[in-house]
Amino acid sequence: MSGRSAGFRFIPGGTTIEETAVDYQLIIKVAPFFAKAAWSTVVVSFLSFALGLSIAFPAAFCRLSQNRFLQIPARVYVSVFRGTPCLIQLFVIYFGGPQIGIQLEPFMAGVLGLGINIGSYMTESIRGAILAVSRGQTEASRSLGLNKFQTMRKVVLPQAAGLMISPLGVNTIALIKGSSLVSAISVLELAYTAHRFTNSTYRPFEMFILASTFYLVIITLTSKAIRNLNGRFAYEK
Amino acid sequence: MISLKDIWKSFGDNQVLKGISLEVERGKILVIIGPSGSGKSTLLRSINHLETIDRGEIWVDGVQVNAPLKGRKFEKHINRVRQEMGMVFQHFNLFPHMTVMENITMAPMLLKKIPREKADAQARGLLEKVDLADKMNCYPVQLSGGQKQRVAIARALAMEPKVMLFDEVTSALDPELIGEVNKVMKRLASEHMTMLIVTHEMRFAAEVADHVIFMADGVIIEEGPPEEIFSNPAHERTRRFLFEVFKS
Repeated sequence: MSGRSAGFRFIPGGTTIEETAVDYQLIIKVAPFFAKAAWSTVVVSFLSFALGLSIAFPAAFCRLSQNRFLQIPARVYVSVFRGTPCLIQLFVIYFGGPQIGIQLEPFMAGVLGLGINIGSYMTESIRGAILAVSRGQTEASRSLGLNKFQTMRKVVLPQAAGLMISPLGVNTIALIKGSSLVSAISVLELAYTAHRFTNSTYRPFEMFILASTFYLVIITLTSKAIRNLNGRFAYEK
Repeated sequence: MISLKDIWKSFGDNQVLKGISLEVERGKILVIIGPSGSGKSTLLRSINHLETIDRGEIWVDGVQVNAPLKGRKFEKHINRVRQEMGMVFQHFNLFPHMTVMENITMAPMLLKKIPREKADAQARGLLEKVDLADKMNCYPVQLSGGQKQRVAIARALAMEPKVMLFDEVTSALDPELIGEVNKVMKRLASEHMTMLIVTHEMRFAAEVADHVIFMADGVIIEEGPPEEIFSNPAHERTRRFLFEVFKS
């Protein structure tokens, strides 16, 4: 009986059972580095979020415009950036950029790639929210004599704002998780850090679980913030 | 005051208005009745340019609503024209993110640059007129259908329009709430507001109208003073419609 279990314990390369168990001390030792990397994930995500939103609002209005010269570029933007993998977009910017004279640091390239990518999703979230405000609202406003812009500003957007928080929240959470892709262009964030420590310690399980824990914390806090924001806009029709 | 000349309008293959002409004099009340699908709502919405007509002329207080202007010039023109017309909808369309007060004062403050205190005072007066002085700080969600519709009327009146258009304003209301809205409209009538009313409320129409038009299938079948239309309709189609309505 003991012979059989000894056979199971044998691992090629002389590793013993003690070494295969989770090394908590190592986790505690590397945790500060991960905390720093988590902060960098937050910064990358936040900047990409800001960039994405600032692209998405004008793009959504262009998408809704009746002017073809505004509408078509916005449509192309959305379909290209939603229709290709974010990782490839990052490669095009970071590796392909220098070839056409755009040389960016990994961090800049990462923020730019993530921002433009998430902006395409956010465009659709914003457009959807604006379209979800009932037609009767626009009619009532126009019938009072407000023009298109006044109607958008006073009547449609304040209502659409509440409707766009949830979908934009979904985009934001996808963005935070997607920010791990920038590790592929060597941005020093959580995923990259986990990779690096794996290479030096040969403890992938600890490293990636630790990275996951930090992601989970960031995303839980973000979700909570989104829920709070949503609650503030809650009113019934 | 309102003058429609040979109005034609189709939605795709569906010809909904087939050469409608009518006049409403200043201070008079025109009521349009007719079965659903007869084009009466489309006609009313055309006057406010919420629907674009294919042919014909729409004049309100000496101004052509569908003026032959293009692009931005037309936009400017229509926004000015709409300020002179109040419109009330079947589904109220109050702005849910504004209080009752804000619903009423928003347009005058924004478009006529009326200062807040003055706009507020005017709104309080209007709310008194529609018996809702105590609801000024409520949000629309806190009101009943009848109250919402009365706020919508006050909102339209705040722009001091020359004419009021009512598009089936009691059709979405519970029966017990219809009276309060009709009462407000009667009060307006007694103040000689020029009104064009599309309604299914025959008793109300008979009481308030100066002139009644019966429409069906995009044409005016018959028109005249209410006594005549309701008690002695000339046309078979009108008789059948009224019979069906009063039967229930």
